[in-house]
Amino acid sequence: METIPEQTRLHIPQPESRPGEQPDFSRIEVPHAGEAGRPDPLIDARQMPDLSRALIRVLNRENKAVGPWANGISADTLREGLKLMLTTRVYDDRLFRVQRQGKLSFYVKSTGEEAVSVAAAMALRSGDMLFPSYRQQGLFIARGHNLVDMMCHCLSNTRDAARGRQMPVMYTWKAGNIFTISGNLGTQLPQAVGWAMGAAYKNQDHIAAGWVGDGTTAEGDFHHALTFASVYQAPVILNVVNNQWAISSYQGVAGGEHATFAERGKGYGIPALRVDGNDFLAVHAATRWAAARARKLGGPTLIEHVTYRVEAHSTSDDPSGYRPMEEAQAWPLGDPIERLKAHLIEIGEWSEEQHRQMHRTIAEKMQAAYKEAETFGTLNDGPQLPRGTMFEDVFKQPLPHHIRQRAQLEEEHND
Amino acid sequence: MTNRNMIQALNSAMDVALGQDPNTLILGEDVGYFGGVFRCTAGLQKKYGLHRVFDTPIAEGGIVAVAIGMGVAGLRPVVEIQFADYVYPAVDQIVSELARIRYRSGGEYFVPMTIRMPCGGGIRGGQTHSQSPEGIFTHVCGLKTVIPSNPYDAKGMLLSAIEDDDPVIFLEPKRLYNGPFDGDPDKPALSWTEHADGEVPDGHYTVPLGKARVVRPGQALTLITYGTLVHVALAACEASGIDAEVIDLRSLVPLDTDTIMASVQRTGRAVVAHEATRTSGFGAELVAQIQEDCFWHLEAPVERVTGWDTPYPHAFEWDYFPGQKRMIAAMRRTLEA
Ligand SMILES: Cc1ncc(C[n+]2csc(CCOP(=O)(O)OP(=O)(O)O)c2C)c(N)n1
Ligand SMILES: [Mg+2]
Repeated sequence: METIPEQTRLHIPQPESRPGEQPDFSRIEVPHAGEAGRPDPLIDARQMPDLSRALIRVLNRENKAVGPWANGISADTLREGLKLMLTTRVYDDRLFRVQRQGKLSFYVKSTGEEAVSVAAAMALRSGDMLFPSYRQQGLFIARGHNLVDMMCHCLSNTRDAARGRQMPVMYTWKAGNIFTISGNLGTQLPQAVGWAMGAAYKNQDHIAAGWVGDGTTAEGDFHHALTFASVYQAPVILNVVNNQWAISSYQGVAGGEHATFAERGKGYGIPALRVDGNDFLAVHAATRWAAARARKLGGPTLIEHVTYRVEAHSTSDDPSGYRPMEEAQAWPLGDPIERLKAHLIEIGEWSEEQHRQMHRTIAEKMQAAYKEAETFGTLNDGPQLPRGTMFEDVFKQPLPHHIRQRAQLEEEHND
Repeated sequence: MTNRNMIQALNSAMDVALGQDPNTLILGEDVGYFGGVFRCTAGLQKKYGLHRVFDTPIAEGGIVAVAIGMGVAGLRPVVEIQFADYVYPAVDQIVSELARIRYRSGGEYFVPMTIRMPCGGGIRGGQTHSQSPEGIFTHVCGLKTVIPSNPYDAKGMLLSAIEDDDPVIFLEPKRLYNGPFDGDPDKPALSWTEHADGEVPDGHYTVPLGKARVVRPGQALTLITYGTLVHVALAACEASGIDAEVIDLRSLVPLDTDTIMASVQRTGRAVVAHEATRTSGFGAELVAQIQEDCFWHLEAPVERVTGWDTPYPHAFEWDYFPGQKRMIAAMRRTLEA
């Protein structure tokens, strides 16, 4: 049998640090805020300056909004953004605790990534259709989804819009123009392109936006999305949330070692923006740019949001097994909530006291919402949907064998 | 001999395989440094090196495709698909390519690949962490499809699969990873420590693919099943007092028809059971073969016990799961017919 040498010529990407080692983010270059230029949103894709290796940042170290991407967003809007991001974080903390009490089977937090979804939702119109992954709960919160409804879904109870069929965090909210979330990675992105093609076909000026993680860009569906978006110049925003990790594999395993995720757009002729995902103003400005372009039929935009997954992948995961515990503290782009808060304080539109008060109000609201949600049951206790409902919605009308199987299930329980 | 749960048994099989053949390598999502989301490959990268056990991009189609290329290059890839529910992006590479490479090249090329994937419900995984897609693969010519029900078989069958020169779909009932499961979620979880099949030899051994096992001899009827339901079937016999002969198929393709038919011809009654949905499930194939070979021996219609024809619903997991009740009812119907 031929033997393989100890050292092979096969390249295997490795993260900078593992548990027990010093966190190292030296690969992340952090340019000054305001440095990146802002082309006209309707610029010809071939003339587009390369922003796929840049990092669009608005908030500088003095917490001021600077540069061409700082486009005069009102203090009221910023305060609203702060509130929605904090609501998202408090919501996550609450549901995480409830999961630990055994009342939810599973939960996914978005801690540290709140700006990516909240700022984007605020920069879009309510008629624009959103295709999120499981880590954009901020979109639902920013679009004003009822917290009780969101919790009821996670509890799989009698008020769950998904009727107990999905794991927690796989929300569905048609009235809010947000698509039902899939557990199968990446599937939503080409679907967002298709929705956008539909809007163009119907001569509407609605646009679509989809979100995938860094890890998910490896799936074929990511590339299908880029191909179709480019070919049909679909009015769509394709967001890559690069939070550095995909469960235990770092972004290099998805191909981030040799090019940025934004650079994927180039080969398809799709303008790409690489954005500081923890800078609320930058995410907002980049989304506005892409939305303006799409709405005027200027075509698709790819946005890479550079951020960091502060918490475990999910409640089933323990990151201390694969990355240094202190990595979150070493992350060079800070925390989106802290940064927006500091900016509002800097411009004289906010105070520590107001912030504490807002936090208290949100926490109370969350507490009350959860109490109400539980009255509709939890996964194992309280009121439950009739079990026979599981045979509904396979088709518009159940088929004869569904009716038979439903009766058989009831019989099982009557014995 | 060491007592092992199914995860440790699978780990041991891969350890042996990597140790004995430098051309064997393991690839999949999160299998490297972390050792897999179910820990099946824990410690193997450390022991054998970065290039022998490594993480892949999240692209199931890509994983299987490059593993085909590696196989053609003379390697023996062992692929992990994180959940069977996520194999679908790879289906084109598996069905149109992997399964037919030997055939379409007139036997010139072959790919000795094993594709491991956790399957089945019982962990509150909802519709995307619970599926049993074996019927999709058994319907494709050129794939072997196997599914062990205990640690001893898991290790022996995985070594057989890895050493096999043909592609093997290796399904792992994840509800059995840590212990046998009789279908009652309210009982405290059992472990493999008390179970005879948790005794796993440390070194190399194989359990042949294509050999079923009679796990309970009986006279009243033949209950044919595999995976998680093997343990449910044993408990159902215990609970009902029905003296069924329980056959654990272990391998669906190749199928041990000799063992099945000898038993059914003797008992004259058969029930087939699987967790997968009913319509076009592997049970349909079993029933067809039984009527072909045993029609004149049958005293009653062959019964099927299966999951319902719906996606696996999160909140109704235990209403979906074919537990003891459903199994006993089917056995009674067969006996009373
Ligand atoms: C098709 C498919 N393959 C594998 C998985 C299992 N899985 C769930 S999340 C995940 C990591 C995704 O990472 P990334 O895209 O970076 O998103 P993040 O979780 O960081 O937000 C994996 C591998 C899946 N859900 N779907
Ligand atoms: Mg990620």
